[in-house]
Amino acid sequence: MCLAVPGEILSIDEGDPILRKARVSFGGMVKEVSLALLPEASEGQYVLVHAGVGISIVNDAEAERIFDYLDQLGELEESGGASS
Amino acid sequence: MKYIDEYRDASNARRIADEIRRVTTGPHAIMEVCGGQTHAIVKFGIDELLPPAIELIHGPGCPVCVTPVELIDKAIAIARQPDAVFCSFGDMLRVPGSRDDLFRAKASGADVRIVYSPLDALNLAKNNPGKQVVFFAVGFETTAPANALAVFQAHQSNIENFSILCSHVLVPPAMEAILSSPDCRVNGFLAAGHVCTIMGYTEYEPLAKKYNVPIVVTGFEPLDILHGVLLCVRQLEEGRAEVENQYARSVSREGNRHAQRLIETVYQIAPRGWRGIGTIARSGLALRPPFDRYDAERRFDVSEIVAHESEDCISGLVLRGVKKPRECPAFGTRCTPDHPLGAPMVSGEGACAAYYRYKQSEPAVLAGPCA
Repeated sequence: MCLAVPGEILSIDEGDPILRKARVSFGGMVKEVSLALLPEASEGQYVLVHAGVGISIVNDAEAERIFDYLDQLGELEESGGASS
Repeated sequence: MKYIDEYRDASNARRIADEIRRVTTGPHAIMEVCGGQTHAIVKFGIDELLPPAIELIHGPGCPVCVTPVELIDKAIAIARQPDAVFCSFGDMLRVPGSRDDLFRAKASGADVRIVYSPLDALNLAKNNPGKQVVFFAVGFETTAPANALAVFQAHQSNIENFSILCSHVLVPPAMEAILSSPDCRVNGFLAAGHVCTIMGYTEYEPLAKKYNVPIVVTGFEPLDILHGVLLCVRQLEEGRAEVENQYARSVSREGNRHAQRLIETVYQIAPRGWRGIGTIARSGLALRPPFDRYDAERRFDVSEIVAHESEDCISGLVLRGVKKPRECPAFGTRCTPDHPLGAPMVSGEGACAAYYRYKQSEPAVLAGPCA
């Protein structure tokens, strides 16, 4: 029920803000999505979509942070600073 | 697919699991609040990667599961009205009411349709002016704005043949009900990431302080959940009780303000009955004037319906994290997905369904390199 999936905005149909919608690609499958709750979303961005409605823009920098953290863990392991 | 596959990488998941083992002295009982997280945990075998000192408890985060029997009965009664088209997400169709479910109502001739979005139901109403189109508005804070958007658009376009059967529930009051219960054994929470996408996480800060529990806003992929557990365990080991945000790629502290404004415009806070738990004050949403003209309970005469709940189902104990699905004597025998006694066995987010589906086979992903 609370499942939401990230997809890439291919194009936006502007107009009445409450009816604003976009074509969004989910790994190649394209669906129409309401962007009424994301007035700042633009083409090329990834948005999290739930029940046909975009609910947040995926923040690239924050998405990378966990992988930076994993790299740090890996360096610790290599230097013998962490053990399993 | 971007933002999914890389968060399922097995070697990275094991690296975080190793770190969890390194920092844990335990024991710690951590509740994941969202049923989507429960399914990911069981499907990917995340619980089996954790040290024995950490127990994951499954919480009440399945809105389908907590929808009262009475509302299922009302949904069936509305679906059977002449000229009614009853629309729902697929999860609700097999959820048992007192005597029947929506799937059987459909099989016996009721016009019950599965939709992907409440906006699809609104389009059905626009295209079928001779029908009364009703959408089963079930869900937490994540789903509330999509449903509010459909009602708002109906109001704006003056569409009269659309309404919603409202069963919205709110997560923080449920968490507080669990924390204040005498049988509570939860030491920390993984908060439902998509709920926080909408509401942010300021509401959790007083809860963390009052009950001295860490609350970590967590995503849904295996790496997210393991990282959420690590952040929660670190707090427990260090004696901290704060709100942390693991799911920062989609969640900000203040949430989606446009969605919050829409929710406040269309809904008001209301008491709500939770299946298996009972009524929790201020734990739900109801349509406020002038949008209450889209309330299906007002439009159809279903006020006299009295529900009867199976006494064999222990879903209330499962939903409060007091019992695990396999502790139910009916699990897998008298209660199966084909013949469920309660909603947790059929919902896509139900804990019993997750155990039935995944606990009888190998974990789906983390045994292999990636999925």
